[in-house]
Amino acid sequence: MSKKADFVKFEKVDKSYDGKVLVVKDLNLDIEEGEFVTMLGPSGSGKTTCLMMLAGFETPTNGEIFLDNNPISNIPPHKRGIGMVFQNYALFPHMTVFENLAFPLKVRKMSQEDIEKKVDKALSMVSLGGFANRMPGQLSGGQQQRVAVARALVFDPAVVLMDEPLGALDKNLRESMQYEIKHIHENIGVTVVYVTHDQGEALTMSNRIAVFNDGKVQQLSSPDKLYEEPVNSFVAEFIGENNTFGGEVSEISNETCKVKLEKGEIIANPISVKSVGEKTTVSIRPERALINPKDKMDNNQKGKIEEVIYHGDHTRVRLNLLGNSEFILKVPNSSQNLDIKLGNEINIGWNSHDARALDPK
Amino acid sequence: MSSETGKILTTDGIPLEESLKQAEKKNKIKAFLLVAPLLLFLIITYMIPIGDMFSRSIDDKMVTNMLPKTYKAMETWDGKELPPEEVFEAFYLDYKILVKNKTAGKLQTQLNYEKNGFKSVLKKLARKQKKFEEGNYKEQIMKVHKRWRNVEYWRAIKRRAPSYTYSKYLKGVDMYSNEDGKIVQVSEDRRIHRILWIRTVEVAFFVTLFCFLMAYPIAHLLATLPMKYSNLLMICVLLPFWTSLLVRTASWMILLQQQGIVNDFFVWTGLVADDNRPEMMYNKTGTYVAMTQILLPFMVLPLYSVMKTISPSLMRAGKSLGATPAIAFFKVYFPLTIPGIGAGCLLVFILAIGYYITPALVGGASGTLISNQIAYHMKSTLDWSFASAMGLMLLTGVLVIYWIYNKLVGVDNIKLG
Repeated sequence: MSKKADFVKFEKVDKSYDGKVLVVKDLNLDIEEGEFVTMLGPSGSGKTTCLMMLAGFETPTNGEIFLDNNPISNIPPHKRGIGMVFQNYALFPHMTVFENLAFPLKVRKMSQEDIEKKVDKALSMVSLGGFANRMPGQLSGGQQQRVAVARALVFDPAVVLMDEPLGALDKNLRESMQYEIKHIHENIGVTVVYVTHDQGEALTMSNRIAVFNDGKVQQLSSPDKLYEEPVNSFVAEFIGENNTFGGEVSEISNETCKVKLEKGEIIANPISVKSVGEKTTVSIRPERALINPKDKMDNNQKGKIEEVIYHGDHTRVRLNLLGNSEFILKVPNSSQNLDIKLGNEINIGWNSHDARALDPK
Repeated sequence: MSSETGKILTTDGIPLEESLKQAEKKNKIKAFLLVAPLLLFLIITYMIPIGDMFSRSIDDKMVTNMLPKTYKAMETWDGKELPPEEVFEAFYLDYKILVKNKTAGKLQTQLNYEKNGFKSVLKKLARKQKKFEEGNYKEQIMKVHKRWRNVEYWRAIKRRAPSYTYSKYLKGVDMYSNEDGKIVQVSEDRRIHRILWIRTVEVAFFVTLFCFLMAYPIAHLLATLPMKYSNLLMICVLLPFWTSLLVRTASWMILLQQQGIVNDFFVWTGLVADDNRPEMMYNKTGTYVAMTQILLPFMVLPLYSVMKTISPSLMRAGKSLGATPAIAFFKVYFPLTIPGIGAGCLLVFILAIGYYITPALVGGASGTLISNQIAYHMKSTLDWSFASAMGLMLLTGVLVIYWIYNKLVGVDNIKLG
């Protein structure tokens, strides 16, 4: 079975609530069948609105959404056959776990026998076999979460939407649930559209991530690409940590460019700059800058250590480098004897390839 | 190890339990003192009046105290035939004192309750007894009026011997204990209270139903509208609440009377002929309309407070799982509002069952309720013990409803806010 590349398709979708501000602007997004796509972005970036439009609880102001090539804007939510896991689980508090799971099957008029079979299967999928007769209120947060996932999957929907489903869980539980949801997705191959503002969650779980800001998709790519090769300074800032330098392009070639800062100059990789004189923000991941590099690197600078914070597995070092006193380094905790002491001057080096000259902030 | 070591001691060597009690004693006293004024207020304004009402409703000492000698003499009388001379003599002596003290009227009224026509017999006796000679009172009394020869009248006196009676309660349900001491119904044309009880329950039931039907959509709207609109709507719900009850009832009178605005409107639309305006007031219709409007906020508020807590994502979840909006409403939303429905209905029903002013003003003859009857006996007939008895019957009825409700729905499920 070949997978459809545009199983879910947003085409030129605009959304406005008040006729003045566009919450979603000209959104174009294709989601492949069986894919796990995460919409990631700060609150108010329009990601939940997109999900609600897909679920049918909001209508696009302009444009169309297609599900398996059928326009769905005029189909009411209950006929779309899209499963949804809500932020606060939205389990029906007056029904048992079994009744909650049986609900979508009952409204589809399945036989009692089929219902029992399907509910059993769904519950064992989330390893809650013996909990069928409990009330949701008697379950822990993680268990409720699993019931919500099972309920969204029990009627075999083509697409499952998840709206920050792990937001209310504590850190450890959240991590184990991330893996669990990921495994369920891998096992049954359902298309998942997942919304979160937690980048760690997005990076762990997704096939592809759509980074939202200001009603637009800033970048849609796989997690590694998103981290290694952000296309603009918002993505670089939002995903992971990065050190930035604001400056002006003074020289440019195919592979490299020179960026003139207030103090000094660095060699960078021109991503979104085209010509000399353009303003730019250079972004360098903390782990790409090394202390006293052994190999030859085309950027070498001296920096003064202003703060050292011990983190167990690594040490964070804040430096003042080229006039940027917020330059962060992550030094792995190893036996390497580096001279990391407050006030010391150290050599820092990085490759121009890892210093990405992006749009100015 | 001895059992002594089993007791946990504080570092000062005092048993822990004792130490804890000591430490919490102060707080307990403080807490009690804080609630004491309220407790006192409740006892004075609630418990004592109810106790007083109860003792009034069963108190029958008046006659007993007025005829002490008679009842002493009657102790041995079996009530089958006319009582012996001693009873007549005792009655004469008792009655003589009453006439002298000018309190015979009360006895006449009381005994007349027991046996119709007793008043005139007693009045005649009051006039004649002055000329009585000593001895053979039986003959003399029987000579005053031939009814004294009727054993029924003597039995009527005897029936009033106990200091306590439940006759007022029987009267409240149109029954009485007859000459033989059997409990029977009053004659059909005099059964007025039972009609009133049934009507009261009926009006309370329908007012509750109408309130529920009207309040549910309002409360839902209140709970789901954005803040700025819901606040305005809330004020609209509460505004009548802040207006005097009398003003509201009076405005309904203006609206509903035969030459009133509603009737004018009907005539204008051609729905009814000008000379055939329907009567919407001074009957049950008026009571229904005005009471529903007045009690509506009591239904809206508990419903609203419950609906406010129901997350809108539940309905969305229902729809996303494939339920049509109607099914999602009845399977998901409605069951979750039951605590509010229970609270609202109980509140409105209990308020409606004891409603007074509105039925009194707009109810007319066919729209008055049991509370109006109670008021009538308090103000007009001055039969306070009967009014007390009916008041207590009403209170008992409400408690029974509450008890049934608790059995059916559970009071824990009530949410008033």
